[in-house]
Amino acid sequence: MSPSDSNQANHGLLCPEAPIQRTQYPYVTGTSVVAIKYKDGILMVSDLGGSYGSTLRYKSVERIKAIGKHSLLGASGEISDFQQLLRDLDQLILYDNMWDDGNALGPKEIHSYLTRVMYNRRNKFDPYWNALVLGGVKNGQKYLGTVNMIGVTFEDNHVTTGFGNHLARPILRDEWREDLTFEEGVKLLEKCMRVLLYRDRSAVNKLQIAKITEEGVTISQPYSLKTFWNYSAFENPTSGAEGSW
Amino acid sequence: MTKQQANWSPYDNNGGSCVAIAGADYCVIAADTRLSTGYNILTRDYSKICKLADKAVLASSGFQADVKALQKALSARHLIYQHQHNKQMSCPAMAQLLSNTLYYKRFFPYYAFNVLGGLDSEGKGCVFTYDAVGSYERVGYSAQGSGSTLITPFLDNQLKSPSPLLLPAQDSSTPLSEAEAIDLVKTVFASATERDIYTGDKLEIVVLNADGLRREYMNLRED
Repeated sequence: MSPSDSNQANHGLLCPEAPIQRTQYPYVTGTSVVAIKYKDGILMVSDLGGSYGSTLRYKSVERIKAIGKHSLLGASGEISDFQQLLRDLDQLILYDNMWDDGNALGPKEIHSYLTRVMYNRRNKFDPYWNALVLGGVKNGQKYLGTVNMIGVTFEDNHVTTGFGNHLARPILRDEWREDLTFEEGVKLLEKCMRVLLYRDRSAVNKLQIAKITEEGVTISQPYSLKTFWNYSAFENPTSGAEGSW
Repeated sequence: MTKQQANWSPYDNNGGSCVAIAGADYCVIAADTRLSTGYNILTRDYSKICKLADKAVLASSGFQADVKALQKALSARHLIYQHQHNKQMSCPAMAQLLSNTLYYKRFFPYYAFNVLGGLDSEGKGCVFTYDAVGSYERVGYSAQGSGSTLITPFLDNQLKSPSPLLLPAQDSSTPLSEAEAIDLVKTVFASATERDIYTGDKLEIVVLNADGLRREYMNLRED
């Protein structure tokens, strides 16, 4: 932090009218991330939409990235904050690698680190405006957890962010099993993404599925889901409520 | 672009209920394992109970991130204490430390509602109950968190504790046996779960006595 930064902070405190110098709301945002544990590791999916408010501004924003050898990070919320976070994590992985001790940070460590970063930023009232999902496999141990912008964290067999909490999580609670195969896992995630695509206005039909196992990370090329818009309830959604718009 | 959110809040309420009951030679500490935000259940299996020392167990609800930070701070302080004194911290000492830790953040509080249970230096059960900024009191039993409004009056009715105003001071621990206390805890949680949407999924019970520490679980309603 340069001296001018702290001056600005003081300035903000002394003059309540001065513009706020912290991120108080997001600009370009990504919507839900859905991730599950399956037989051999973790599967994670998100679409590539980047919304500027309610405008669909970007259509090829990758929101799932590999972190080191053992982890996969997915993010919803402010895209720029996520990309800043990726740069910081890249640095972290690099410095960890420079020890050259044959040891690498695992998903648990990365998740713990991210939790501290998110919570410290909220303590400064300058949050990274994201909900993050961290999955990984190390030493045969599967790991799946999440952190949000105020530092709330937990682990589970399946996690989601944003609209996924409302629409995907109930499906996962119904249908998730520990011994899901890769094919079954992908099918389940696609079912969740299709529901989100139909009902979440900021979701787009261009998505990536990422897989992490003991063997390493694979992130798929962007692809589309088959959709069917001719359900009668879609054709005339107000037929059951005459007189409404 | 105009502001689309209401003012950002650094706090959230993740719900949950915590209960502790002290007996003559035991202490029961219990909490549910639901983690919520608004109408969402984040996970059904999140432990709110943290073993801080051999004879001091903390149950906390409120804002999960603050609770986690608080548990981490207390555990770190306890590690330093062990290195300096070569012994475990007593429950009353941990109670004072928790109070000080909470008050340290008086003007940006930990949004955490705590019940600390354990055994004192004489092996008697003890319960300490707190508010978010560190006011605390030693009691015979206590309930904190989202279901406390349902649980406290029920415990008051079942465990007629002596007034703290009596002189000389009366023993605050309850007359129940250990098994009776565990049964009572199960009952109050089953009841609170009926009406409090933030309490449910699973009950975690920690029992402290001369034999050491024991854990029990009971399933609660998941709706």
